[in-house]
Amino acid sequence: MAETVFAPWDDPNEKPLIRFQNVTKRFGEFVAIDDLTLDIFEKEFFALLGPSGCGKTTMMRMLAGFETVSEGSIELAGQDIAAVPPNKRAVNMMFQSYALFPHLSVYENIAFGLRRGNMPKHDLDARVTEMLKLTRLEKFARRKPHQISGGQRQRVALARSLAKAPKLLLLDEPLGALDAKLRQATQFELMDIQEKTGTTFVIVTHDQEEAMTVASRVAVMDEGRVMQVATPERIYEAPESVYVADFIGDVNIVAGQSTPMGEGRYHISWAEGQQPLVAASDRPFSDGQSCHLAVRPEKIAISAERPADVDNAVQGTVLDIAYLGNLSTYYVELPGGQIIKSQTANTRRISRRSFTWEDTVWVSWTATAGVLLAQ
Amino acid sequence: MNRLSWFNVTSLTLGFAFLYLPMVILVIYSFNESKLVTVWAGFSTKWYGELLQNEAFLDAAWVTIKVAVLSSTFATVLGTMAAYVLVRGGRFLGRTLFSGMIYAPLVMPEVITGLSLLLLFIGIGLDRGVLTIVLAHTTFSMCYVSVVVSSRLMTFDRSLEEAALDLGCSSFDAFRLVTLPIIAPAVISGWLLAFTLSLDDLVIASFTAGPSATTLPIKIFSAVRLGVSPEINALSTIMIGIVTVGVISASLISKRNSLRQQRDEQAAARTA
Repeated sequence: MAETVFAPWDDPNEKPLIRFQNVTKRFGEFVAIDDLTLDIFEKEFFALLGPSGCGKTTMMRMLAGFETVSEGSIELAGQDIAAVPPNKRAVNMMFQSYALFPHLSVYENIAFGLRRGNMPKHDLDARVTEMLKLTRLEKFARRKPHQISGGQRQRVALARSLAKAPKLLLLDEPLGALDAKLRQATQFELMDIQEKTGTTFVIVTHDQEEAMTVASRVAVMDEGRVMQVATPERIYEAPESVYVADFIGDVNIVAGQSTPMGEGRYHISWAEGQQPLVAASDRPFSDGQSCHLAVRPEKIAISAERPADVDNAVQGTVLDIAYLGNLSTYYVELPGGQIIKSQTANTRRISRRSFTWEDTVWVSWTATAGVLLAQ
Repeated sequence: MNRLSWFNVTSLTLGFAFLYLPMVILVIYSFNESKLVTVWAGFSTKWYGELLQNEAFLDAAWVTIKVAVLSSTFATVLGTMAAYVLVRGGRFLGRTLFSGMIYAPLVMPEVITGLSLLLLFIGIGLDRGVLTIVLAHTTFSMCYVSVVVSSRLMTFDRSLEEAALDLGCSSFDAFRLVTLPIIAPAVISGWLLAFTLSLDDLVIASFTAGPSATTLPIKIFSAVRLGVSPEINALSTIMIGIVTVGVISASLISKRNSLRQQRDEQAAARTA
């Protein structure tokens, strides 16, 4: 049986649900969103990821209708939504603070949006019950928001925003207020609910692990611009810029000059008196072009002897060791001061650490382990 | 536990004596048999009985309550609207001027407020009576309401209103269904404040009252100028009683509510 991969962004015939076209948003002099173009497709779980102040929340608020667009247009299902007020949009939002109405019961909170349309009482009751069931809140229907726990409040907020069956659900840091354990469980719950309801989700978060876990695609943002939009795997393994490589996970960046060796292989001269590094790249680099080699620490091996048959091997001394329980990260200082992080999994419970501070070691990696970046 | 030092005991006694001695004396003398206010002649409740026969006082009391209810209601509506615009309206032309002007009557001497209202009413040819007192009291108490309500609105989580809009409310519905129920305690205490301000106002009422309508404070003040009668002591004692019951029950209710809220939250945390 052929597996169908969910990737509407690769299909040129697919019409996007949301289309940002050259959108700019200014607050006075400050440019929050800078000429941004982006498509989001139906049934996607799309994550906007970036540091605080990068414009991700502004984008979400423009979708909800709480902010107007300064330039450009936003289309929802082919219609420009600039003139549509928030209460007329088929978009619902789950707020960071949950914004549950404290004077209403859980049931009434979920029913609130449905009561605004003239839904018959029987249908309304059925819909609210369905939502309570979906979020496992049946037992708490009569409670007030202050009478339930934080995790339950989060589920009420989700149920309330899903009750009207919006085309698009916006989630503003939905798990920010939960503790680490609960957050992990809730991430899977969110994905489950997204799949069951078939709603398009757009989530705003500054937590990269959260974005990588839940999203079908991630947009990494910085200073009002989208740096890269791709699946979590591509964002991690094939970042297009040093910023993205550095923002997602841990990375070693070595700056140098490229020399093409043919067949997509390059030599990178990176330090005086050192062997050039070997890297493969699909993107062409010219002779003498300055470039950055980005290699993830887990792709760098550490050994006492120089390994044979490896593209890159450099000698250095162990400067620091970070023991994280499941992993250990070695900080190896190369001649010239460059520091390379090498990460190994601690697969055995009781084993002597092979290296210690001040040891002379070899760090090594293959030509395809890293990504060659222009900027 | 620390025992109170002699210094603390003295300051406590002095402070409370200063605050409450006059009222205690007034209450005691309201039960005096004698017609002479300063001579104790045994316990009696006869002045309370006489008070209930005194048409002039009862009329004035009725006018006072009518004025207080009407003016505090108008003041609450206007003050809440003003507070909402000031806190939520964003930037608009003259916002700073408007917010400064709404609080100015707080520091304006009452004599001046009263006089200017009197001139206005004469100028537009409005006969002085219940209506003019209501208008005057609305004017000066609405800024108190707006102070109370706007301080509540400042701490109000704006995303609650946005959530209401997001779920399909018009701005008016969002205010009616979400904002108002949540800020209701502040609106009610604004109303109560306006009510008590109107009840005990003498200065502004004496400028704006006419021969057809006199409020209780004016009545008491003019009666006292002819000599303090034990009837007035009785009347004042009743007023003190009403205020005390009101204050104590209000604080008991809010205490009970906050205790219940605390208990609920603890229970919710346990069942998480």
